Amino acid sequence: MENALVSVPHNWYLLLSSLLFCIGVMGVLFRRNVIVILMCIELMLNSVNLLLVSFSAYAQNADGQVFVFFVMVVAAAEVAVGLALIVSIYRNVASTDIDSMKKLKW
Amino acid sequence: MNDQITNSSLLTILSILIPVFPLVGFLINGLLGKRVPEPIAGWIGSIAVLASFVCAAAIFFTLPATESLSFNLFNWIAYANLNISFGFLIDPLTITMLLVITGIGFLIHLYSISYMHGDEGFTRFFTYLNLFIFFMLLLVMGNNYLVMFIGWEGVGLCSYLLIGFWFKEHENNNAAKKAFIMNRVGDLGFLLGMFALLMLFGTLDYASVAQAVQGYPINDGLIVGITLLLFIGAMGKSAQIPLYTWLPDAMAGPTPVSALIHAATMVTAGIYMIVRSNVLFAMAPATLDVILIVGVATCVMAAIIGLMQNDIKKVLAYSTVSQLGLMFVALGLGAFSSGMFHVVTHAFFKALLFLGSGSVIHALHGEQDIRKMGGLGKYIKITFITFMIGSLAISGIPPFAGFFSKDEILAKTFEHSPAIWIIVSLSSALTAFYMFRLVYITFSGNYRGTEETRSKIHESPALITIPLIILAILSIIGGFMGLPAITGLTHKFSTYLSSVTGASAGILPDAHHLSHATEYVLIGVAVLAAIVSILIARYMYVTKGQLPANSDAELNGLQKLVSNKFYVDEVYNAVFVKPVVKLSTLIYEYVDKLVVDNVVNGVAKVTDLSGRTLRLMQTGSTTFYLLAMVCGIVVLFVIRLLI
Repeated sequence: MENALVSVPHNWYLLLSSLLFCIGVMGVLFRRNVIVILMCIELMLNSVNLLLVSFSAYAQNADGQVFVFFVMVVAAAEVAVGLALIVSIYRNVASTDIDSMKKLKW
Repeated sequence: MNDQITNSSLLTILSILIPVFPLVGFLINGLLGKRVPEPIAGWIGSIAVLASFVCAAAIFFTLPATESLSFNLFNWIAYANLNISFGFLIDPLTITMLLVITGIGFLIHLYSISYMHGDEGFTRFFTYLNLFIFFMLLLVMGNNYLVMFIGWEGVGLCSYLLIGFWFKEHENNNAAKKAFIMNRVGDLGFLLGMFALLMLFGTLDYASVAQAVQGYPINDGLIVGITLLLFIGAMGKSAQIPLYTWLPDAMAGPTPVSALIHAATMVTAGIYMIVRSNVLFAMAPATLDVILIVGVATCVMAAIIGLMQNDIKKVLAYSTVSQLGLMFVALGLGAFSSGMFHVVTHAFFKALLFLGSGSVIHALHGEQDIRKMGGLGKYIKITFITFMIGSLAISGIPPFAGFFSKDEILAKTFEHSPAIWIIVSLSSALTAFYMFRLVYITFSGNYRGTEETRSKIHESPALITIPLIILAILSIIGGFMGLPAITGLTHKFSTYLSSVTGASAGILPDAHHLSHATEYVLIGVAVLAAIVSILIARYMYVTKGQLPANSDAELNGLQKLVSNKFYVDEVYNAVFVKPVVKLSTLIYEYVDKLVVDNVVNGVAKVTDLSGRTLRLMQTGSTTFYLLAMVCGIVVLFVIRLLI
């Protein structure tokens, strides 16, 4: 297993996580559904997690893996709060479209 | 040895207690306020002062006149070479003042319990009164100029609070402000004098200053400057030309306040200060000459103005100014103990006269205009008799108290220069005249008010008459403390003070003493002048039954000038007040409105405008925010890469 991880060149991990991150950014910017946007945020977080783990293995240093656990905890908390907000918004405007939440403006 | 130690520590404790009692009284009445029922507040205040009086009397009887007690309570200001401690000095001069302040203060407190009865600010009144006594005690007990200055400022504050005691009348507030501001002018002089003392000697301690100053030549420019500055302070507090106009206005306060603060105690602070620094002043004869001139001028001018006043308290106020002038005459001649002697006797009879006028006002339910009085002698006998005694005392009729002290000062002026003697005697005769003009117009003849008010005239209650009677007795016998040299008996008062005033006696040139024959003649002339003035007053106001004019139109030019107090207030108004108001208006119009307002409004306008513009970015669209965020991050990222 360890070998399998190392046998893949490090560049590929970088490319993959960059790709995932960009997909996440694009999703956040261009999707309309709030739930999808939330999922895209998760995608970005996970792409970073992948990067951290790969660097950790590459540098033979466990710090990066410890960070990943923190990110996962924060992401879980964020999802809990985010979903709760979405539910409460849905109850008010009966929609999860991001453009239905435009009332907070000048 | 042991005895001495316990004795002096006992005296220390006693002297610390003296200012503590009124302070405690002030705190009780001040903190509890209206929760203290009316008479209780008055009694708390009175007993606090009585306790101080008892302590002062105990010190008077224990401490020999040749000794003094000086001790520091704590180091107050210690910085580099500067070292000022907070300490007390108890010597005969202090004890004299202590007895006057607490003794007369107590009587006036008692009087006020009845006089202020039913006033809604009853507790407040006694709070201020006790605070005043506290500061006044601090003023006379300090062992350096700075402690005196605390008391000095404190009594000024209390004077302000008490003049404006009935603050619902706008006029009273103006009078209070006038007193405060005019005193401030004098205080600035005092303050600068203290700075100069510190600069020159590095100390403010009375004893050290007196010691250090003797190393300078007589009339040294610096010493003259310092003493002049200190004298400016005394001018303000003791109402001398040109800073006297606040005192007559200060009569807006309740009458006991006029008696206590503006006759018996606070206004004599200036005299106390100069006597306290007698060595300093003796080293500057040039200043003494200035004091003499100012004193003579004030004495005469105030006496002349007093001739034409129609408010019972204003007459007494101008008479106070005039008598204070007389005290400064004594100081200017270097006769420090004579000045103090007049302070004491004046405290007796002037407090009596003010309290008497208060009793009259009380009987007439607030009427102060003597033209609406008349014939009151029949209705309020005790007040009449005691007022008469006070008037005889101030007029210098033997054997009343004023005779001895006045005669002493007059004799001293004659030693100096007969011309000044003539002027001062003249003003003394004027004093007798206006006092008896007041007595006759108020107490003899027929009542000139309405029948309705006449039926309500009544003698004041015992709490008012008893202080009057005690003060009347003091006004009769008070003078015997200082018998003139011709009697061959000792002058007890000046002997008592000699340890304080003796220090300067060696510096001043020896006055050539008058022969007994001259002194007899001087006394004879002065008494005769007083009696003639009284008889003229009697002829004009009793026999001919004249009354003061009701309006300016009935007066000739000179009378109009006097009746309008030489237009001094108007001149001050035009010279000082108006320009300041003008300048303030200009500054308001141009600096305040144009510059300050525009700057402040400009800041607000810029904020407002930028807010208006920037808020357009708040579109409410989350997508837009997200885009902006991502762009921001990218920009930051690029910047980070480039740098």
